[in-house]
Amino acid sequence: MSSDAGARPLAVRVEGIGKRYRAGHTDGLFRYRSLREELSPRRDRRHADAGDADRTMWALRDVSFEIREGERVGIIGRNGAGKSTLLKVLSGITPPTEGRAEIHGRVASLLEVGAGFHPELTGRENIFLAGAVLGMRRPEIARKVDDIVEFAGVPRFIDTPVKRYSSGMYLRLAFSVAAHLEPDVLLVDEVLAVGDAEFQRRCLGRMEEIGSRGRTVVFVSHSMPAVLRLCERVVLLDGGRLVADGPPHEVIRTYLDAGLGTSARREWPDPADAPGDSIARLRSIRILGGDGAVTETVDLTRPFDVEVEYHHMTNDPASRPFVSLHFVDEHGVCLFASADFGDESWWRTPRAPGLVRSRCRIPADLLAEGKVFVRVAIGSLDPVTVHADEHDAVAFQVVDPNDGTGVRGPYANEWPGVVRPRLAWEVGQVGGEVPYQVSN
Amino acid sequence: MNDETVTTTRPVRVLEPDGRIALGELWSARDLMVLLAWRDLKVRYAQSLLGAGWALGQPLLMMGVFSVFLGVLAKVPAPGGLPYPVFVLSGLVPWVFFANSVTSTGQSVVGSAQLVEKVAFPRLVMPIAAMLAWLPDLGISIALLLGVMAAWGMAPGWGIVALPLFAVLAVCAAVAVGLWVAALNVAYRDVKYAIPFLLQVGMFATPVVYSAELVPDSAQVLYGLNPMAGVVEGFRWALLGTPAPHAGLLAASVAVTGVVMAGGLAYFRRVERWFADVI
Repeated sequence: MSSDAGARPLAVRVEGIGKRYRAGHTDGLFRYRSLREELSPRRDRRHADAGDADRTMWALRDVSFEIREGERVGIIGRNGAGKSTLLKVLSGITPPTEGRAEIHGRVASLLEVGAGFHPELTGRENIFLAGAVLGMRRPEIARKVDDIVEFAGVPRFIDTPVKRYSSGMYLRLAFSVAAHLEPDVLLVDEVLAVGDAEFQRRCLGRMEEIGSRGRTVVFVSHSMPAVLRLCERVVLLDGGRLVADGPPHEVIRTYLDAGLGTSARREWPDPADAPGDSIARLRSIRILGGDGAVTETVDLTRPFDVEVEYHHMTNDPASRPFVSLHFVDEHGVCLFASADFGDESWWRTPRAPGLVRSRCRIPADLLAEGKVFVRVAIGSLDPVTVHADEHDAVAFQVVDPNDGTGVRGPYANEWPGVVRPRLAWEVGQVGGEVPYQVSN
Repeated sequence: MNDETVTTTRPVRVLEPDGRIALGELWSARDLMVLLAWRDLKVRYAQSLLGAGWALGQPLLMMGVFSVFLGVLAKVPAPGGLPYPVFVLSGLVPWVFFANSVTSTGQSVVGSAQLVEKVAFPRLVMPIAAMLAWLPDLGISIALLLGVMAAWGMAPGWGIVALPLFAVLAVCAAVAVGLWVAALNVAYRDVKYAIPFLLQVGMFATPVVYSAELVPDSAQVLYGLNPMAGVVEGFRWALLGTPAPHAGLLAASVAVTGVVMAGGLAYFRRVERWFADVI
């Protein structure tokens, strides 16, 4: 906290906030059940409730902090640490299970770019609708509409339905509306993970500007560079609890040292401490971009490499360790797995002790957007042995350049699926007649 | 404390486990309500050839079907020698509004799941906006009814000044039922399947295709427990000059509307905070 912050008026006060979810749903009066369950005899229901008790999960627990007016606070933590839940509670989207929070002044939350946008409406109409969704009054929007259009850079298309926009235009317009909010407290989720570098730079610049005008910004992010650039104070959450709160460099150091963060590079310089056994020990694993440099961010339209180095420790010629990689998304779903059996010539080569480098090329147009965690293992067959197995060894962010070259083409909205392969399509007209006249 | 004096000029929002969304926020979200209604309206008719013509088509087509099968073939009597098409249309106008409103209102929260999960705003805005979006159709269909009446050489009498009252009752009935459906639909997806069926049944429990005179006097109050019975009878009285609705029936309809509305509002307000978690 900067030295003068204590003197400034309070903007946010969080006191012992906790949020419990129950088996994927909430806890409280209003529980998701089918009518059939609701109508089932009480005895059965009590039984079901007892079962539910085991499946409750505290997404947030006993979190307390205060934010002074004009502070820009980053909230960091790994997946599932409770960052987004905290933001949802502070936004008023969902109530806390325990504790209390106060927000002083007009609050706006930006958890999604383009909330309230409708594809059938024109750019101008969407500005009004999205503005109202974010809490702006109509006269206020009318006053700002020209600025919004200019900031988005879409003046020629402003009276065109946004379904005809390129994805880049759509995102720019959507962000532009949000950027013209003038709340006292702005809550921002990781909306910056979308779009190209230019768009992200613009978003950050705008948020800096908002912060510099004495407004309070609470910013949830995975991106340490963005947090360092924007925030003067960082709160670290882990397992739903607040574990650190202080100047960005210190908290980020805590985060990385505690192994709470996963980056695109992991190294074990001392073999004695490295995961492994007397056969094989990991030395490093790195995500390499097209230029061969370590990268945290991967463009899904380009190939990249995962490089693993390990020490082969034995001179037994029968020892044939192999490397396997699991690619896991942030929900814990394994997207796919691969092993270096793929290199057949290596597989036939007799082994000697020494450093082995195993590199896997991930093709373009395979992954979908999102955070991907890599689990690396070294094993042997005959007998099946696991020498080393490191979950979440490295992680990287997959981004869509949204420049129309991806699989999604010009489509701007959410694209489903855990992978995004480029498939062959063959399209052509095969007849010249309309089977019946459609009246609507 | 020093900062308390500074912060009193700004609104303070308190978030706690059993906090309710202040009703006052509904008023500050009125622009959003109007814009959502306007969006529903625009999207409904965007890229449709007939556009708002659908507001005329639906009641007109139903009038034709009922006139042929019930008026001509089954010879269902219309009271006071009224032409059956005029009679049935005067019932269809409020009923179609009610049925469409309840259907949209019921889907309004579930249909905006993305918004509910990502943005905080008074959730009541959604069902009310969904109903508002059907008001222009109601206006158009009333004009259609007046046109059809003119074609039979009929004109409304002074009773027409009472029409807004019955239109308000129709709006209240639609919101009252819609609030329950919208909130229950979030928790129980069974509701989605039940509603079309219940609305079909409801039309026959309402004097749309037959006259309320067919119901015995002793059962009129019971019949009025269906709020739309009072609305339809009122519409006919105001526009066609049929006998005034049975007092007991009308009182029952108004009372039921009030009770269902109060209950729906209370239930909706009790559960709306959980929408984002459950939806």
